[in-house]
Amino acid sequence: MKTAHPLQKIGITGRGLVVVLPYLWLLLFFVVPFIIVLKISFSDIDLAIPPYKPLIEWIGKNSLAIKVNFNNYAFLFTDSLYISALLNSIKVAFISTLFCLLIGYPMAYGIARAQPSTRNILLLLVILPFWTSLLLRVYAWIGLLKANGVINNVLLSVGLIHEPLTMLYTPFAMYVGIVYSYLPFMILPLYANLEKMDWQLLEAAEDLGCRPWQAFYKITLPLSRNGMLAGSMLVFIPAVGEFVIPALLGGPNALMIGRVLWDEFFSNRAWPVASAVAILLLIILVPFMMWYQSVQARESAGAR
Amino acid sequence: MNTRRSVFIITCIAFGFAFLYIPILSMVVFSFNASKLVTVWDTANSPTLKWYGALLHNEEILDAAWISLKVAVINATGSVILGTLAGFGLARFSRFRGRFTLNAMTTAPLVMPEVITGLSLLLLFVALEQAIGWPAGRGITTMTIGHMTFSMAYVTVVVQSRLATFDISLEEAAMDLGARPLKVFFVITLPIIFPAILSGWLLAFTLSWDDLVISSFTSGPGSSTLPMVVFSKVRLGVSPEINVLATLTIGVVSLMIIGVSLWMARASRLEKVTA
Repeated sequence: MKTAHPLQKIGITGRGLVVVLPYLWLLLFFVVPFIIVLKISFSDIDLAIPPYKPLIEWIGKNSLAIKVNFNNYAFLFTDSLYISALLNSIKVAFISTLFCLLIGYPMAYGIARAQPSTRNILLLLVILPFWTSLLLRVYAWIGLLKANGVINNVLLSVGLIHEPLTMLYTPFAMYVGIVYSYLPFMILPLYANLEKMDWQLLEAAEDLGCRPWQAFYKITLPLSRNGMLAGSMLVFIPAVGEFVIPALLGGPNALMIGRVLWDEFFSNRAWPVASAVAILLLIILVPFMMWYQSVQARESAGAR
Repeated sequence: MNTRRSVFIITCIAFGFAFLYIPILSMVVFSFNASKLVTVWDTANSPTLKWYGALLHNEEILDAAWISLKVAVINATGSVILGTLAGFGLARFSRFRGRFTLNAMTTAPLVMPEVITGLSLLLLFVALEQAIGWPAGRGITTMTIGHMTFSMAYVTVVVQSRLATFDISLEEAAMDLGARPLKVFFVITLPIIFPAILSGWLLAFTLSWDDLVISSFTSGPGSSTLPMVVFSKVRLGVSPEINVLATLTIGVVSLMIIGVSLWMARASRLEKVTA
């Protein structure tokens, strides 16, 4: 029998030492901050640095006052700006996810069924844009969509249109930007799922008289459910809070909750309101995050 | 595959890649355009390298690039250490106290909207400064901490999935032959997962190099990163120098990715030959 290391006697094990550092790091810099956001969402706005009043205050010598202020939340529900921004963000994220799925599924399917040598090149081509700056790729669309931009110039010179189309700073531009930026996030999990598929199942179905589309609908689609879900979550959740794309392509009227939060924080210096927006957004997104995690767990369990 | 289906799939793939690459190619092409209008091609004077010269003399962009580089290198190195530890723990220890929390904490940053992460980190730094006086003000340190928090989650995923596919019997054999766990890790595990660690480092580097939102929340005066400068310029419209910057970025990234994947393909072939 192995003798216990002296450190093990006081409850310190090798295993513990491996995970303790990342664990504490994430606890301090990822979990604790949310508690502070929650706290500040209940404070009063103050014209000070930092611009909020403490929740707990000594009044006089021996009494401690805790002031929980629900005004920030009440404010979010009385001013229609916040709720309509939130609903609009969910709508935009949902429609963008749908388009990513429509474009991404055939691509992931094609890549998964390609010859191994072609497959690696195609996969590399999907990953490459993901590695180049998101900001710069979104910026590229300004050049393509603006009034004297590439698309209008091409259409004008071909004679399809006689005056430039207004595309930049419209909802259309914002959708294009979101679908474009998040497409690799849809393709990669879908590919990972489809790659494990047993294609003989399809052949068997077709041998038994199933039409190709029927076989796809009855076999491939249900079996790739987890891949579709994982990809959709990876697009939907961050897209709801997206800031950069609506700010650059959507124009001043593009009401997205991420932008509202940004403006409350940077332009209005209303930190408590920004915190309340963040908490509201989290309450909506956390169930989706948990769903994503359980899909991931199912996927990796299925892989083993 | 039946031909009608494959024609459909090939068309979809072609359209998909055109969608992904036309914007990128347009930036590369127009970076050589002499016209200040950027998207209107000036046939008389193009192609030209004049905007490349202009970028090299743009102090604001160069200073910001230097700050971004520092943050990205420190972030990548720190994230690799934390992410490898977390990935190793999650892949190898099937049961330990806090496993569920660690798993959740390394998945959530991948999907968390950046405005939320950025805001919450800033509020933490402000609260810490009030309580214990550290960090004094915001700048490179706070930005790096913010970047590490989400980058390490990506490194964890990369390392964890590499460990899940590698043959655990190699580690077990070394243990049976009397090697201590630490020695097994450095002599067996680390060399095998090295490609994953390298791609984790590169991924963490690019995530930090590109980040706008979390940097904007956690930076202080005088510590504007490259994306922050680019964003403030781009908000005013297209600029020829940004096209140059994009072209250079794309060039470096493509070379890096192609190099690493060739090297990894070679490594995995060697692994198969020796196995």
